[in-house]
Amino acid sequence: MTTRHVVVVGAGPAGLAAAEAALAAGARVTLIDSADRPGGQYHRMLPEAYGAARPERLQHGWWAFDRRRRRVLTHPRCAWWPETSVWALERPDPTEPGVPRVHVVRGPADGGRRSRLRLDPDALVLAVGAHDRVLPFPGWELPGVFTAGAAQALAKGERVVVGDRVVVAGTGPFLLPVAASLLQAGSRVLEVLEANTAGTLARGWARRPWQLAAYGGKAGELAEYTALLLRHRVPCRVGRAVVEARGDGRVEEVVTARLRADWSVVPGTERTAPVDAVCVSHGFSPQLELPVAAGCTLRSAPGGEFVAVDDDQRTSCPNVYAAGEITGIAGAPAARAEGALAGWLAAGGVPDALALRPLRRSRDQGRAFAERLAGAHPIGAAWPEWLRPETVVCRCEEADYASLCRAAGNAASRGARVAKLETRAGLGPCQGRICGPTVAELSARLTGRPAERPAEGIPAAGPHHRPIAQPIRLGELAAAPEPLPGNTESHPSM
Amino acid sequence: MSPRRVRAESDAVGRQELPLRITVDGEPVDGIAGQTIAGVLLASGRLAWRRGRSGAPRGVFCGIGVCFDCLVTVGGERDVRACRRRAHDGDVVTTQNRQPEAGRATDPTERKHLGLPGEEDR
Repeated sequence: MTTRHVVVVGAGPAGLAAAEAALAAGARVTLIDSADRPGGQYHRMLPEAYGAARPERLQHGWWAFDRRRRRVLTHPRCAWWPETSVWALERPDPTEPGVPRVHVVRGPADGGRRSRLRLDPDALVLAVGAHDRVLPFPGWELPGVFTAGAAQALAKGERVVVGDRVVVAGTGPFLLPVAASLLQAGSRVLEVLEANTAGTLARGWARRPWQLAAYGGKAGELAEYTALLLRHRVPCRVGRAVVEARGDGRVEEVVTARLRADWSVVPGTERTAPVDAVCVSHGFSPQLELPVAAGCTLRSAPGGEFVAVDDDQRTSCPNVYAAGEITGIAGAPAARAEGALAGWLAAGGVPDALALRPLRRSRDQGRAFAERLAGAHPIGAAWPEWLRPETVVCRCEEADYASLCRAAGNAASRGARVAKLETRAGLGPCQGRICGPTVAELSARLTGRPAERPAEGIPAAGPHHRPIAQPIRLGELAAAPEPLPGNTESHPSM
Repeated sequence: MSPRRVRAESDAVGRQELPLRITVDGEPVDGIAGQTIAGVLLASGRLAWRRGRSGAPRGVFCGIGVCFDCLVTVGGERDVRACRRRAHDGDVVTTQNRQPEAGRATDPTERKHLGLPGEEDR
């Protein structure tokens, strides 16, 4: 029997665990990440050139991560491909599901002379993660308004703080580590605002408390952040949000307001505060273009759409597995458990191995945690009340709320595709990654219909359908793919 | 105040600084090895360097390569995500402008929309 080749996309907590388990099961692994160091967003590492003597100061669970990444990256059966972007997944036959061919470019981000390669693995593990979801509000396009993830990446990844008078706002426990990172980097955090009310939080978190005990590690981590905020006397307020950012060419002040449970503003509670930066996150959007390209079925959950997986982390596509935040927002411990299961099974490991039991248990606890998280930190239905006609909704094309309303009111442009061409929302460089879920939600509300009913023979417009998953330059595309080092015989050339 | 880099002397992670210099629209800007171009720009006090279709200023928003707000030209290569590209000593960075009236409709999407041949596409 030949060794199975497993390609793992994403080297965050889920991907690293997947690679480790696949290696343990005897497979040959190619681990791919767009960054030059492993860790993903959760374990984002400092650059090698920083020569950090005490990197553990910035990281939860650094030592376990450090051991794992060394084990995986130095393993003789593991090929570690950093700075590698999967720009397309090509299904062998669109009507017949199978493991897609993996098209990658390797080299500095968006560089024009990257090498193009193709992989034809026996199994694929997708662990590509998520990014912040940010709802629009007046002024959110001003420089100085960052996603919470950006502030975190800059502070953890290169020791740059975004400002010295910062408000951190939105919803979810992620706001706490972001505020903590800013404080540790010497920045002043004016306040941390959780948009959901105490009632919503209590109902979400207090339900079935015995389940939470199983997730003690995460609770401990959050308690540490809370203690740090207390030490720095940073007020944490619930039921309050940033509803506007103002400034001339950059953010200079924010307007915050008290919210009801549905996120409508309580009139008269607005306050302005001078700031030099705002960090916002209203949850996470899973990066679904690769799962969609592979042909994986999605499922709808309270927090949005995710990749549907079974108890073995299998997607609807044979030999394609998914792990981590793309299956549900459950945090790093769940991602690790999912990754380990996916990697082991993708490598052909026996599904009833004893060692899988604690992993399955941990994964199930993670799923329960995800459900609880989504319940405690929902996006309130009345948030569009923050919008004004001139508020930018699509950042790339600067399509405003008024243009979306006009398109929705015009019967001819109600279809998602027509509305897109008319408003240009979603047509810019980010390809709807930032505004996609928002535009879909607003359009559905404005037209009173959930989704487009396309003409016969045309598939429904999917917000995650991006056949070119990452930018590739025409010169790179035109160049012939390079042969793979060592294993050319198993990879027929074009 | 503006974004800044934590001072190495007081940084709990105990790190070194290997200086590098890039130019931005011809102006020299100092950073350290390992920083992204976005990090160098931010730490030099620049909060915005790109202009949107209306001419509105843009800089970093998502910081992890998703939003494409921070695009710059590096050594003649357009549309490089500054938050994902590590800076190298001597990098020649030029800023980008999507305003059609700026007479520089060089954005691929825009060029396509205006019926111009794409110089680089995605």
